[in-house]
Amino acid sequence: MRYKTNRCSIRVLAFAALAGLALVAGCSKPPTRVGEGDRLQILHRGSSSDPQELDPHIVQGVPEHNILQALIENLVTEDPTDLRPVPGQAERWDISPDGTTYTFHLRAGIRWSNGDPVTAHDFVRSYRRALTPSLGCEYAYMYFVMKGAEDYYKGKTQDFSSVGAQALDERTLRITLNGPVPYFLSLLNHYSWWPVHLPTIARYGDPYQRNNRWTRPGNFVGNGPFVLARWDVGHVIVVKKNPLYWNAASVKLNEIHFHPIESADTEERSFRSGQLHVTEQVPQSKISVYRRDSPQLLRIDPYLGAYFYRINTTRPQFRDKRVRQALAMAIDRKTIVENITRGGQLPAYYFTPPDTVGYTSRSAIRYDPEGARQLLARAGYPGGKGFPPFDILYNTSESHKSIAEAIQQMWKRELGIDVRLLNQEWKVYLDTEKRKDYDVSRAGWIGDYADPSTFLETFLADSGNNRTGWANAEYDRLLKEASRLGDRQTRYELFQKAEAIFLDEMPVIPIYHYTRVYLLRPEVRGWNATILDHHPYPYVWLAPRPETSLATASAAAQRP
Amino acid sequence: MLQLIARRILETIPVLVLVATITFFMMKAVPGGPLDTEKNIPQEIKVQIEAFYGLDQPLWKQYASYMGNLLRGDLGPSFKHANRSVNELIAAALPVSLELGGLALCIALLVGIPLGIAAAVRQNTWIDYLASTTAMAGICLPTFVMGPLLVLVFALHFEQFNASGWDFARDRVLPALTLGLVYAGYIARLTRGGMLEVLNQDFIRTARAKGASEIRVVFRHALRGGLLPVVSFLGPGIAGILTGSFVIETIFNIPGLGRHFVTSVFNRDATLTIGTALFYAALVVALNLAADIAQAMLNPKQRAN
Repeated sequence: MRYKTNRCSIRVLAFAALAGLALVAGCSKPPTRVGEGDRLQILHRGSSSDPQELDPHIVQGVPEHNILQALIENLVTEDPTDLRPVPGQAERWDISPDGTTYTFHLRAGIRWSNGDPVTAHDFVRSYRRALTPSLGCEYAYMYFVMKGAEDYYKGKTQDFSSVGAQALDERTLRITLNGPVPYFLSLLNHYSWWPVHLPTIARYGDPYQRNNRWTRPGNFVGNGPFVLARWDVGHVIVVKKNPLYWNAASVKLNEIHFHPIESADTEERSFRSGQLHVTEQVPQSKISVYRRDSPQLLRIDPYLGAYFYRINTTRPQFRDKRVRQALAMAIDRKTIVENITRGGQLPAYYFTPPDTVGYTSRSAIRYDPEGARQLLARAGYPGGKGFPPFDILYNTSESHKSIAEAIQQMWKRELGIDVRLLNQEWKVYLDTEKRKDYDVSRAGWIGDYADPSTFLETFLADSGNNRTGWANAEYDRLLKEASRLGDRQTRYELFQKAEAIFLDEMPVIPIYHYTRVYLLRPEVRGWNATILDHHPYPYVWLAPRPETSLATASAAAQRP
Repeated sequence: MLQLIARRILETIPVLVLVATITFFMMKAVPGGPLDTEKNIPQEIKVQIEAFYGLDQPLWKQYASYMGNLLRGDLGPSFKHANRSVNELIAAALPVSLELGGLALCIALLVGIPLGIAAAVRQNTWIDYLASTTAMAGICLPTFVMGPLLVLVFALHFEQFNASGWDFARDRVLPALTLGLVYAGYIARLTRGGMLEVLNQDFIRTARAKGASEIRVVFRHALRGGLLPVVSFLGPGIAGILTGSFVIETIFNIPGLGRHFVTSVFNRDATLTIGTALFYAALVVALNLAADIAQAMLNPKQRAN
């Protein structure tokens, strides 16, 4: 009896297993999101996290920029290949001979997405909002190049007419600066300068306070090529083509779907299963696999950022610049980028990324272990003897850990110095670093706009981002002088001198210059490599997909 | 019974107040704040934002204000999701977690109970060994292995499902399977244990002596008692399925509550952390109560007590 039952059970089990497999293998494949997107001109873009907000005067992150770029357009916009400022809401502009006054002429007939005309007054009202302290615009200092902006923001005056933003008429806006700012037009492409529709914001609450519901779908009014259609937290943000955009005829995409995916592994699997056209990141372990098997899907673009180690110069053992120089000279950066990061990053022998709008530092650190040993000996620590052990602080990340381990070994091997690794959770790490309760701390800096000053000014004595305790009067003087000059060549010469001081004093150790490593499907067109990773959407479109690409992608990534 | 329910509900109130209080002070004690970012926020701007969120007030005032709002059912604004309230975030994510949890629970019960019964009825045969091994594998295989494995086979190889997302009905299959199979393992083992205990009792022998069929003995007489351990497990089990879905939500990118629960701590989004902790505490208490009631209904001995 039992024998019979068992045989019967085996048959049932075997049948069920076979039926299950046949069902899975035999089913027709459902259409992929990317396939549908190609047909309907819907771009699916991965985004590393949910946007904090979609109010350009409140946000401060890259994911937010990527979405806002679709919803709002400023006076100027960016050329899709080199991010050169090109006409946006303004059709043209005049710059006074001294470089301090910009007069923008708005296009005729431009409208907000609710049909209201876009006027010069909208821009003035927007600037006033961003500079009103109660709003807490974290990038308000971006406006401080404008005449009177800092005084208004700091409450020294309540009269906004003293600020250098004037609507001469409905279509003419004049902005007066404190001095010539050669990168001013590029600065306008930072979202803190972007206009908002104040009557809409006022409808949903106090326009000068946070927590306003105007950025919800259905409420949002913008003037960009797309309008906000859906925003499900943690799921998707959908923007649809704005028929009222001045250049709507040339916008080829009908929709863009932003998918917040925090895990790089999940995002890569989504890409492989045909759910994304473009990812935000690639898991480090997959870079070499794609590079070998599907290079056409892997994109490695230069990126305006530096990965470096801060040195706490207030600690006794780091007060002597020869020690700091020795530490910097003993690091083999090439090994790090080739064996650890593996994403085409450039070894950093200076701080400002090379060819930042034509600027490359002439001064450089060299990899010279012998020189490093001599410097350390001259500083009183021959062979590292007597040098107190210290910590490298880094936030939780496999990559940071691997780099710190490599540097720990290099310093031990080349200099005889003992180093401990100290890993902290992100917010704890930030707190520790800001309190300067560290010895050496890993850090990264991404440029806010395309100009060397966005890097070098980070280490001004009074900069909140310095956090090294290092200050140099001559360095500060050179940068302040450069900020008052209009001539690019003269400015860059001052930057060269400042960076030479910086590299001699070595309050930070540059390690590598970033690249943006991501996956991009071949049907995405108009997606150019740009140093700020900006991709103006009116120039992006989807061409029919080569049939082989998905299979190639899958095959590539299935290998370990 | 009503008295029991009323007493248990009343007991819930101090538990929730304690959870809110402890979470509140823990979030305040941990280093780093919601406004800390890599790029420095100028002090004057930070002051404005802190004033807006009431973070400039003394701690006791912040606590009193939070508890006052809590009494009105207002969990406060989220720091990370700047224009959303915690109530809204929970309301949006809860249906997703409920759906995922509900489906996973169905899978767990539908797979676990039959497996457990089969193992108990055919004790020490290959069926028992197979069922027990399968259950053990389900328990031992972590979701972060099982999830990507299922994706690799069914999404990337056979291309029948999406690797992530929560857009279509088919997007529910792989996450629900991943989560459900773990609990199926526990349920199978508990069912097997419960059934074995009942099947050895005198009343079962009596039923068999009276000539009742094996099916009648198992399903009519033994199952009711054999499932008691499963019922008591289901209280915390369901709570676990709902709260323990963080890994699944991350692997499959599902906009559920589990992710808010964990990421809010990393973001120092105190209001969201307290809100989700409170919500889960209430859920655990409610589900345990429901399990107790169900057990009382199934077990006449307990009902009498």
